[in-house]
Amino acid sequence: MTDMIDVLIVGGGGAGLRAAVAVAETDPALKVAVVSKVYPMRSHTVSAEGGAAAVIGLGDTLDEHCYDTISGGDWLCDQDAVEAFVAEAPRELIQLEHWGCPWSRERDGRVAVRPFGGMKKMRTWYAADKTGFHLLHTLFQTTLKYQDIIRYDEWYVTKLVVDDGRVHGVVAVEIRTGRVETIPARTVVLATGGCGRAFPFTTNAAIKTGDGMALAYREGAPLKDMEFVQYHPTGLPFTGILITEAARAEGGWLINKDGYRYLQDYDLGTPTPEPTLRSMELGPRDRLSQAFVHEQRRGRTADTPYGPVVYLDLRHLGEEKIEHRIPFVRELCRSYQNLDPVSDLIPVRPVVHYMMGGVHTDLDGATTVAGLYAAGETACVSINGANRLGSNSLPEILVFGRRAGIAAAEFARSHREAEPAAVHSQGEDERRRLARAREGGGNGGRIADLREEMQHTLEGAAGIYRSGDVLAKAADTLAGLRERAEEARVEDGSTTFNTELINLLELHAMLEVAQTIVACALNRRESRGAHQRTDHTDRDDAAYLAHSLVHRAPDGTPSVGLLPVTITRWAPGERVYGRD
Amino acid sequence: MTREMTGGMTGDTRADAYRPRRDRLWFTRSRGYTVFVLRELTSVFVAWSIVFLLMLVDAVLGGSLPEFAALAARPWMIALNVVALAATVFHAVTFLNLAPKATVVRLDGRRVPAWMIQGGNHTAWALVSLLIAYVVLRS
Amino acid sequence: MTDSAETPVIRMEVARYRPGEDAEPVFQAYDVPLMDDWAVLDGLTHIKDRLDGSLSFRWSCRMGVCGSCGMTVNGEARLTCGTFLTEYAPGPVRIEPLKGFPVIRDLVVDIDDFLAKLSSVRPWLVREGEEPPLTAEYAQTPEQLEAYKQYSMCINCLLCYSACPVYVLDPDFLGPAAIALAQRYNLDSRDMDDRFDVLNLEDAVWGCTFVGECTKVCPKHVDPAEAIQRYKVSAALRSVLPWSRR
Ligand SMILES: Cc1cc2nc3c(=O)[nH]c(=O)nc-3n(C[C@H](O)[C@H](O)[C@H](O)COP(=O)(O)OP(=O)(O)OC[C@H]3O[C@@H](n4cnc5c(N)ncnc54)[C@H](O)[C@@H]3O)c2cc1C
Ligand code: SF4
Ligand code: FES
Repeated sequence: MTDMIDVLIVGGGGAGLRAAVAVAETDPALKVAVVSKVYPMRSHTVSAEGGAAAVIGLGDTLDEHCYDTISGGDWLCDQDAVEAFVAEAPRELIQLEHWGCPWSRERDGRVAVRPFGGMKKMRTWYAADKTGFHLLHTLFQTTLKYQDIIRYDEWYVTKLVVDDGRVHGVVAVEIRTGRVETIPARTVVLATGGCGRAFPFTTNAAIKTGDGMALAYREGAPLKDMEFVQYHPTGLPFTGILITEAARAEGGWLINKDGYRYLQDYDLGTPTPEPTLRSMELGPRDRLSQAFVHEQRRGRTADTPYGPVVYLDLRHLGEEKIEHRIPFVRELCRSYQNLDPVSDLIPVRPVVHYMMGGVHTDLDGATTVAGLYAAGETACVSINGANRLGSNSLPEILVFGRRAGIAAAEFARSHREAEPAAVHSQGEDERRRLARAREGGGNGGRIADLREEMQHTLEGAAGIYRSGDVLAKAADTLAGLRERAEEARVEDGSTTFNTELINLLELHAMLEVAQTIVACALNRRESRGAHQRTDHTDRDDAAYLAHSLVHRAPDGTPSVGLLPVTITRWAPGERVYGRD
Repeated sequence: MTREMTGGMTGDTRADAYRPRRDRLWFTRSRGYTVFVLRELTSVFVAWSIVFLLMLVDAVLGGSLPEFAALAARPWMIALNVVALAATVFHAVTFLNLAPKATVVRLDGRRVPAWMIQGGNHTAWALVSLLIAYVVLRS
Repeated sequence: MTDSAETPVIRMEVARYRPGEDAEPVFQAYDVPLMDDWAVLDGLTHIKDRLDGSLSFRWSCRMGVCGSCGMTVNGEARLTCGTFLTEYAPGPVRIEPLKGFPVIRDLVVDIDDFLAKLSSVRPWLVREGEEPPLTAEYAQTPEQLEAYKQYSMCINCLLCYSACPVYVLDPDFLGPAAIALAQRYNLDSRDMDDRFDVLNLEDAVWGCTFVGECTKVCPKHVDPAEAIQRYKVSAALRSVLPWSRR
């Protein structure tokens, strides 16, 4: 088979598109395809607001970026991965600039940088407060230059074809027609993003349903550090829409219902009128979200129909600065919350934002399945450890998207054998399964009901604070939900643009992922970064300076083990914010 | 752009897509469209004004000015020209108001706001009109 | 979830088109709670989740940036995630797919034509010569950034195409967003192309009769009408002064 796809990328977000260009540039003779369940420029990367971190001089050093990342991740990051990431991030952002990304600029024409949470130096590049939007559109438009990149737009991947420990392609459904196709490929790169939609309140777009994690996990590739779920401290209460950290970096304050800058009570430094790096509002996200819970317990949050909130105060910044630096924040507040940050306080609450965990990979994105790679939010390399720093994720999807693309290209070049017979038979099985799901239309509960139950179970058990007994109960609830989801009702029997069927498949993926989150959280009897146990309140390096690695047992249940963390130069220490 | 379309099956639903009929009354569907069509229609009157002007020139050169004056003094002719004047003014005003779309002027790195360009255009227009009126009416 | 005794409801009349079943779109009415902070999109997801799982529409970010959720709301092209339901109280409110595009199903339209047009205008930075090493950025002052910034804000939502009578009557017209994006690169100080071959055509900038509706409906203030008129001026100048490349 000569026209078999060499590198098939699942996902058209930042990671997927970067991988695609990397393959096209490495070897134009290779056949590369991007499969995406939405048109690539609709991918979730488009929502990222604040910026992308990379060292560009100004008295900054690579080591400092490494240190901020590692301490921010509560020493759970693999330090070799962090070093590679930090070293390659600048060239990736410059590459984006060379492709036309409209980065914000200094007077003299250099790229401008802004402060960001948990970062000791100013190193966050930004394009006003639509960084992800500009990054994704620049990348997407650049890929149009490579006419040979095949695109499967609005195709949903339902299964990886794996035989004998090696990937051979995917099975996907063309949403427009309902046609199920087996797409054989020498290598597959998963770049499907995170799974925030498994939680009820999230900044994540509707498409973030953990598909790639579930796809890999079902085929035997382990997931890593799934218990680390990042809550962003400032989401709008009803929609969960994110108010970017850039709002605080530009000088915004977090205040409780009494107008008090409460972060000073939680070992995050003392208030200054101007923002201080790594202090107060510019502390790391896990600590800020935890402080909110304490404020709530003290009765110092305000009540709204959508739960307790604190306020983000931008009024003192003035209209000019708000318009110039964070115009999107103003636009979002006006159109979605009916208020103007120039004159009003913005009600905010912590909201699920990012998955530190994901498919376990090495520095080149390789998983334990030969030929299968993962990059971006769906992967866990890991550079984010127990808590990701804001603005590290955009450079991460570029650095590791490229690395995975190059590694996959290399693999495809050296593995030219024909596809095994299993490809066809697995494809046929999957086709029948999908037809049953659509036509059979179980008579169980509504998809939306099951989804909501899962979301609330997860929030109750795997939220900002967790405890062993609640987690154990949640594990049972989720197992029950999984069975019920098999019988979920599908009202739409059509083959044309059947989004209900897609919603069902996404629900299955999220349930699978939810189980791993709970299992990992249950197994980690310590508190670290974004994982805080009320029954094990201290960090325990002796037992848990290690990644959680979760496999799917033959009976479908998660089984969790530990994997040592790679330490190169930074011995585990205390995380200090606001007092150095 | 290469979009994968292997297999013959894709064609089926593509043909199944619903293609609305051309809407011949599109300009009645929204106020914006109607105003647009009206603006376009005023060009007819602009054209008439030019024809009228040419007739005048012809009358002057051919020495038939009295006949022309008689024609122009007829009530229906006056009515037509009043309407034409209104339409031409409407056309000119909307045209000048749209002008900033095509002329982006920057001063000192800042974009000159639309109202200034529009104001400038209208002022220039008024000045030219005054000048012509002065030349014509002087005698 | 909804207490019908207390919450007011609003009737949503939603266009349904199921190929094979409907010869042309028909309206189906649903009553949804009229909540203060619900967008039209929240009404639609309520229908899908609670009333009728078979309704199909696209959405993703629900924050006005992914460009998926454009539809015709009471005759006007809107981003449904950014349009409050209360704007249409007491109802009924009509939801139809974007006009001007073939309808695949219910509220989902075929936008492949736009993607082909977008590719045709070379929406990438065109440079001559070798790319410099990845150690330094190309310099660009804030003023130079400002010169094209507005056109780079397009989210490809296609409301402008839907509102453009020229496009609706002549699907070959290159259309507002594609031209605005071409201008986004033309006016970028780092770009070295002027895309004259694809823009100076009867079906490109000269097809525009300047109705101006595209600019009115654009949710991101891209002002595609302006982009087109400006290119007409550049193209005219270039034709008169053939040596004047940008
Ligand atoms: C509101 C918000 C703001 C953020 N701001 C910042 C910031 O300022 N700085 C920063 O560094 N990070 C930020 N992040 C995080 C960052 O945006 C994401 O982590 C990153 O964009 C993920 O990119 P990705 O390429 O991995 O995935 P995505 O962009 O999510 O793309 C996933 C792709 O996979 C496809 N896909 C998924 N499942 C399937 C399937 N089954 N079949 C086919 N295709 C599939 C989708 O269609 C999509 O194309 C933010 C995140 C959010 C939610
Ligand atoms: S120009 Fe405006 S209306 Fe048109 S696609 Fe872009 S954002 Fe949408
Ligand atoms: S859902 Fe993304 S723009 Fe409306």
